[in-house]
Amino acid sequence: MPADASIAAPASIRVQPARAALTEPAWVRVALIAGALLFLALFLLLPLVAVFVEALRRGFGAYWTALIEPDAVAAIQLTLIVAAISVPANLLFGIAASWCVAKFDFRGKNLLITLIDLPFSVSPVISGLIYVLLFGMNGLFGTYLRDMGVQIIFAVPGLVLATIFVTFPFVARELIPLMQEQGSDEEEAALVLGASGWQTFWRVTIPNIKWGLLYGVLLCNARAMGEFGAVSVVSGHIRGETNTMPLHVEILYNEYNFVAAFAVASLLAMLALVTLVVKTALEWRFGDELAASRH
Amino acid sequence: MVAAADSDSTLAGKGGAVTVRAPVPLFRKPSVLPGFGLTLGFTLSYLSCIVLVPLAALIVRSSGLGWSGFWSAVTTPRVLAAFEVSFGLSFAAALTNALFGFLVAWVLVRYDFPGKRLVDALVDLPFALPTAVAGIALSALYAPNGWLGKPLNELFGLKVAFTPLGIAIALTFIGLPFVVRTVQPILQDLPPEEEEAAASLGASRLQTFRSVILPAILPALVTGFALSFARGVGEYGSVIFIAGNMPGLTEILPLLIVIKLEQYDYAGAAAVGTAMLAVSFVMLLILNLLQHWMRSRHAR
Repeated sequence: MPADASIAAPASIRVQPARAALTEPAWVRVALIAGALLFLALFLLLPLVAVFVEALRRGFGAYWTALIEPDAVAAIQLTLIVAAISVPANLLFGIAASWCVAKFDFRGKNLLITLIDLPFSVSPVISGLIYVLLFGMNGLFGTYLRDMGVQIIFAVPGLVLATIFVTFPFVARELIPLMQEQGSDEEEAALVLGASGWQTFWRVTIPNIKWGLLYGVLLCNARAMGEFGAVSVVSGHIRGETNTMPLHVEILYNEYNFVAAFAVASLLAMLALVTLVVKTALEWRFGDELAASRH
Repeated sequence: MVAAADSDSTLAGKGGAVTVRAPVPLFRKPSVLPGFGLTLGFTLSYLSCIVLVPLAALIVRSSGLGWSGFWSAVTTPRVLAAFEVSFGLSFAAALTNALFGFLVAWVLVRYDFPGKRLVDALVDLPFALPTAVAGIALSALYAPNGWLGKPLNELFGLKVAFTPLGIAIALTFIGLPFVVRTVQPILQDLPPEEEEAAASLGASRLQTFRSVILPAILPALVTGFALSFARGVGEYGSVIFIAGNMPGLTEILPLLIVIKLEQYDYAGAAAVGTAMLAVSFVMLLILNLLQHWMRSRHAR
């Protein structure tokens, strides 16, 4: 017993000064925390609060009227349609891309990964512009498409294409590191035991990557529904027809109809909040299954 | 595992195998897993249709102008001014973000305070909030009669909305998570031994910070800065509402592209777009090289 005490005493004496040298004085810590929180409150929290306050400025009745007005309903529907096409398309692509990148070794793999990430470094406006250059009236295929009677730009297909472009990497970049980390031992075992390729994929791979998949889809969907720049270029802004929610917000705001603009914007802000909550919940609960899921 | 071992031995070579294999470039290592052709084929076709061909169309369209046409299209005073506005203010915003993003990351990693997890989650808000929503919210806040615009104007005579300052604030909002999320994991994984060693050798806390912590996280900080900067140059939705969009003063490059498209000046829009991509690409290349150089300097 006395031996124990003699060991414990010097240790506790030694730890104290060491810890003091490894952190900052209390007033510095408090000042830094206060500075960071003040910055975040001013730059992040206040704009978020402003959306809801401005939306409810004229009371709940005006808020509700702005949301059930036909053009707003059409915008909400269009946003849902565009997301319902582009998210599954990129989901399929993400799975295919991560399967061939993570499970196989081949030449040019790094180039492929770089190319998959490319849309993230292209301005949203340019993402829209490239489709106008291809399919617009003066575009490369413009006259051909007009003769065929197909309209892509200023119509839903253009909106979908532009949305697919800007949300292109989300699922793939989530799955690739995750599947690379998991390796392919389990799949090989399943195949050796006689499972078919599809069985292996559905029963071994999908259960392993499901949370990462959900995470990628969540971020992809948030961006798909909220995209503004790319969609704005290809939309033509036809009210009730080619206006997604963010574009409807812009039109209302430019008409000085602030309450209605912020009412529709508040729906998008709620979508963002739900996305953040689910994303954070996934990170807390399944953090170890989400590989390098940080941006 | 069997397949991997097989392929390794053929690659590593035991006499005969290599002499047969060597002339044929091996496209991929053999594997028992199925679906390589299907998934790679789909990936490449999808990538080409959605990304590569449309981006090529941009280059083709602007090359239709010829070199002199391209040059005169991107060097008009209005375009040059927009370049200055976009790149200059993105640089300023990325610098602000490097400073405050580092502060936020530091506070989140090193200190404990109530609501820390909530604050951590909030940092991703600019990723999740649609840019148009951020744009009208910031514009309402900083407008001359807004919550922040009014006191700033009355107390300091500072006008934010419809000035370059407003653009910088919107770009700061958009770019903040890039810095926090690149610096945070590096700061988290920093081995405490180095700081302990510095402290036990008699370094003050400030000295330890300057010569142990800062060099270790500088590459990540530069990456975050570059990502924030690149995002700022291309940003459209959050900026146009607060900018005022006066040609030559508060007109950003993406808006100029939109204006040219609205005037059916497709070639002009393509030229500005190409120039913008080229300049961003060169700047990212420089930053990457800088980062590489810093990494190799810090690596022991």
